[in-house]
Amino acid sequence: MREIIVSELTGAIQELARDFARFLPRLIVLVIIALAGLLIAWLLKYIVRSVLRLIKFDKLSENAGASQLLAKAALPSSTELVSRLVFWLAWLGFILLGVSALGILGMDEQVARFFYFLPRLFVALFIVFFGLLAASFFSRAALLAAVNANYPSARLLSASIRVVIMVFVFSMATEELGIAEQTVLLAFGIAFGAIMLGLAIAFGIGGQELARRFLEKRFAHENRGEENEDELSTL
Amino acid sequence: MPEEIAVADRSTTVRAEIKLTEESFLSDDCVRQLMGVGEIDILIGLPTHNNAKTIASSVAAIQDGILRWFPRERAAILNVDGGSRDGTPDLILNAAIDDIRGRKFRNALRTLPSVSTKYGNSAERGTAFRTILAAADLLSAKACVVLSPESNITPEWLPALLSPIYRENFDLVLPSYIRQKFDGLLVSNLLYPLARALYGLRIHEPYATDFSFSGRLGSQFLTQNTWNSDIDRAAFEVRFSTAAITGAYKICQSSLGVKPHVERKSADLVPVLRQTIGELFCVMDPTFAWWSGKNGSEPIPVSGVAPQVELEPVRINRKRLGKMFQTGVAELQSVFQAILSPNTMAELQHIAQTNEDDPFYPSELWVKTVYEFAAAYHKSVINRDHIVQALAPLFRGRVQTFLLENKNSSSAEMENNVENLCLEFERLKPYLLEMWK
Repeated sequence: MREIIVSELTGAIQELARDFARFLPRLIVLVIIALAGLLIAWLLKYIVRSVLRLIKFDKLSENAGASQLLAKAALPSSTELVSRLVFWLAWLGFILLGVSALGILGMDEQVARFFYFLPRLFVALFIVFFGLLAASFFSRAALLAAVNANYPSARLLSASIRVVIMVFVFSMATEELGIAEQTVLLAFGIAFGAIMLGLAIAFGIGGQELARRFLEKRFAHENRGEENEDELSTL
Repeated sequence: MPEEIAVADRSTTVRAEIKLTEESFLSDDCVRQLMGVGEIDILIGLPTHNNAKTIASSVAAIQDGILRWFPRERAAILNVDGGSRDGTPDLILNAAIDDIRGRKFRNALRTLPSVSTKYGNSAERGTAFRTILAAADLLSAKACVVLSPESNITPEWLPALLSPIYRENFDLVLPSYIRQKFDGLLVSNLLYPLARALYGLRIHEPYATDFSFSGRLGSQFLTQNTWNSDIDRAAFEVRFSTAAITGAYKICQSSLGVKPHVERKSADLVPVLRQTIGELFCVMDPTFAWWSGKNGSEPIPVSGVAPQVELEPVRINRKRLGKMFQTGVAELQSVFQAILSPNTMAELQHIAQTNEDDPFYPSELWVKTVYEFAAAYHKSVINRDHIVQALAPLFRGRVQTFLLENKNSSSAEMENNVENLCLEFERLKPYLLEMWK
């Protein structure tokens, strides 16, 4: 009896030792991959930061209005943020590669899903960044045009354009990431439709006077001479 | 000796290549028509776009001017049309010089052929001018005059613009007009003072639609300027004047008399700012080395005598300008924050908020504003076109103050005030250089 117990225990310990001996090289591989990944990720971060500084990414981001958003959220500059993101994504990727080398059941699938997700994440970030840039550009263009044409509520018009573009951009980005696709699409459709309907009703009911003035100004030629005689003569 | 021959051969080859390039830019039909004209002394360029109302009188004045003052010279009229739908080119081609001959008893020794070419379906000032330059180069014209059919052209303009080039060896003749009081406020309050402070020459009309130039300046501009679709669409006037200044060409001004007032809508201000101040901001970059070392300014020769006449002032709604300035400062705060320094921004907000009826925009603040806009344009802090657009409400504010200051001034007093503004621009030029860094 005693011998059987001792023999089983010895066998179990030997098995454990064998398993550990089999596992140890994989663990070492994981550590090596993680360390190499850390080095490569750090290099990537350095390169990305240099490139972004070279192309004045912070200025571009400021123009897009992204810098202001980051400042409000007490986050670092966009160049720093992007280079850190690249660092963490690269290192996480290497760690996951190392983990897959451990041969843990089901881990391979998770790692594959992560790498499948990465391009979509970058595309979503790309959409958000250029969307913010477009929102900033078009809202500013609308603001300037409205102010120079002496239209009332120029800032409201500009802010509406910014909101509509940003809603559109974020719904595109979430669709790309595959986050609650149906919900986001539905929400976007409802929100966009509501905004348009609201604007139509507001223009129809609240803006009768404005619409009348606009149409008169546009089509009533008989009043033009009278209006122009006091205009600014430039050249 | 062989070296000289080789150099001469090379220059002939280069010239031939340039001509070939420009011939390819001109349409086949245009080249054919120009070949029929042959080598000429004077080319009269007439860019048009739906100018049927005024073109007949313009062509008659041109023909009369040429017959009267340049009867021995070989001259031709080149109409460059941007797709007129009112038959403008036909009116030019059908205007026979014999009508003038018979009516005014002129005895021209030569004919005055007219050539018309269409370059597109919309007015593109750059393309029109490039066509005129290419034609002048192809025909080896010694002098070329460009006239706008919107101007009230008189026969006397021809000798006034052409004689300094043709007989006194000048390269660029810019006009000098007598204007109604409060006409040309962009020129007097912004374009002239800024161009003068930058380039050190007192050119009163840096944006001229009626001017003349020598064949050598035209050829040089044609070959050195990098033509692209943006430049083709843009106005060329400021670019051309600047090229003549920085190329150290001989420039003079010629008095053309009264410039008729053109009615404009307030919405026209932004396109005009783009054509003038936008172009000037644009050429400041490549010419930085030239203008950064210039201090003060000097006059340029003026030919002709301007008649002393007091004209009726143009009616301008000052209150509306003040309101648009105040609205602009309030609504465009986010845009101005990117362009202006905090001090200038604070001062602007202060003057927009105080004295609601007549906000007072002092000269010094106006000059600093313009210089900060120029520096912002250079650094592209935001989209460059947006920077130019953002200047419009501030310009209205400055004009409002200018109108108030000169409400009861005579022409001479007003001229004196413009001169003071110019001196302010010159005095604060170091501020521009500081902002430029």
